Amino acid sequence: MSSEGFDVQYVARLAHLELGKDEASRFSGQLGDILKYMEKLRQLDVDGVEPTMHGHGRTNAFREDVPVQSVDQDLFLSNAPERTGDEYRLPKIVEDA
Amino acid sequence: MKYIATIGLETHVQLKTRTKMFCSCLLRTGDEPNTNVCPVCMGYPGALPVMNRQAVKFTVMAGMALGCDIPRRSAFDRKNYFYPDMAKDYQISQNGAPLCIGGGVEIALPDGSPKFVRINHIHLEEDAAKINHYARHSGIDFNRGGTPLMEIVGEPDLSSADETIAYLEALKELLVYVGVSDCNLEEGNMRSDVNISVRPEGQSALGTKVEIKNMNTFKGIHAAIEYEVARQIDLLNHGGAVVQETRRWDGELGETQSMRGKENAHDYRYFPEPDLVPVELDEETIAEWRAEVPELPRARRARMMSEYGLPEYDAGVIAADKACADFFEKAARAAAPVPGKTVSNWFMTEVLRLVGEGGGDISSCALAPEALAELLRLLDAGTINGPTAKELLPELFEKGGMPKAIVDARGLGQVSDASALQSLVDAAVAANPKSVADFKAGKKAAAGFFVGQVMKASKGKADPKLVGRLVAETLSKL
Repeated sequence: MSSEGFDVQYVARLAHLELGKDEASRFSGQLGDILKYMEKLRQLDVDGVEPTMHGHGRTNAFREDVPVQSVDQDLFLSNAPERTGDEYRLPKIVEDA
Repeated sequence: MKYIATIGLETHVQLKTRTKMFCSCLLRTGDEPNTNVCPVCMGYPGALPVMNRQAVKFTVMAGMALGCDIPRRSAFDRKNYFYPDMAKDYQISQNGAPLCIGGGVEIALPDGSPKFVRINHIHLEEDAAKINHYARHSGIDFNRGGTPLMEIVGEPDLSSADETIAYLEALKELLVYVGVSDCNLEEGNMRSDVNISVRPEGQSALGTKVEIKNMNTFKGIHAAIEYEVARQIDLLNHGGAVVQETRRWDGELGETQSMRGKENAHDYRYFPEPDLVPVELDEETIAEWRAEVPELPRARRARMMSEYGLPEYDAGVIAADKACADFFEKAARAAAPVPGKTVSNWFMTEVLRLVGEGGGDISSCALAPEALAELLRLLDAGTINGPTAKELLPELFEKGGMPKAIVDARGLGQVSDASALQSLVDAAVAANPKSVADFKAGKKAAAGFFVGQVMKASKGKADPKLVGRLVAETLSKL
């Protein structure tokens, strides 16, 4: 995506954000600058360089498949905006994702 | 006009680990809702995921069984979307560098010829929470959230509902065999998104595809494909066009329905997951995991036919289930020199019948393979007769134990002493003059009556062949 073709409102919609006109133009400029910087990086010759998968040098941070006691159900449900029985209550959803 | 259907599947398979993908919560179906949860699988801000090594291993072993390449490096990405089943608003998945690449499975076409169905790749991700629907509201249970989920992305190599089901059955058989998933369809262990398009015969470009989401029964998938292919052909035949969209299958109405308002759903804004470092597999680990992949059903069928002299049918039935095949092979090896076919006859008719009646499975019954082998050796050596063997089997199946000890303790050994049996034959002949007269008058079936009398008198323990011979000899001398 080039900085010219950048649609800040489209990205805001995907992120469930509502932007006012001022915000839209401010963020459009700021994000456009970031994209320009990416274009600058693209000028580097990276032939033969293996893509970096992570900024950290480590690999294989695993845990073993051993269960650990979960936290109390009521404690979690007390954080729910609304609960019904043992479940987090939602408005009725018609279609599953 | 004739049309060709093109079908491709994305199949999600829940792995059989004890704990979740990125946290140590227990995985167990049927528990009270929201009891196996923690800040990680509930998506609390700041909670950090830690990868379950067993889930990585299971995915790689599945890939090995499916003939995939296993890249040395693999990494995770965030797939961003908003839905209540994913509380942190992104799913940890793999987009750029999956664990397994390529591979495929062979299926049999209706005419018996083989077809290879290619797999594009297999990646590992976390399952979403379960949303339950009620009359006035919906509710979330996060117990399922974070279950390790392997997504097998197939190439669009399938051309009918039957082929699709054959592919899914082949996948299921392999994955259960390798032991990485139970593939229980009712429990949603295996769920597929089905992509379907049609094109006129002779046209090489694929038609516009429609995706049917989240199907878990083979029957439903079969019906949905048949319906959708017919719907698309009907549209094209009437001058219409297929719209690229996601549809859902309504099993009650027997039709697919458009799921509108999801036009932005495919822009997931993937980016590398910063909270997880990449997976790097060395040769040693890969070799170790490869050694744990068992011999697969097709190879096993062929070997069982040659090693035990089984007919193709027997080998097919027994090899299809790993626990059955393991049991049979242990029994057949311990039973030698009793022929494999004899073991297979008893296993398929008697043992599997008892398993079926008990409602359990072969691995949970008390019968040891060595006990079946010993029973058949006793029978083969003439120590016990067939009826006694058949009577002992249910007891061994229920209570366990070894047959020789029971036979010795209860004196169930077959009576093969000719002089002892001869006296029983003589007694039967003396007690039944009418049947003797019948025999003399030409009713040869009367001989069977005497055999029955002697077997009864011996409490079922007499060697039936020897009794038959003695009865025939005795009657012919009268």
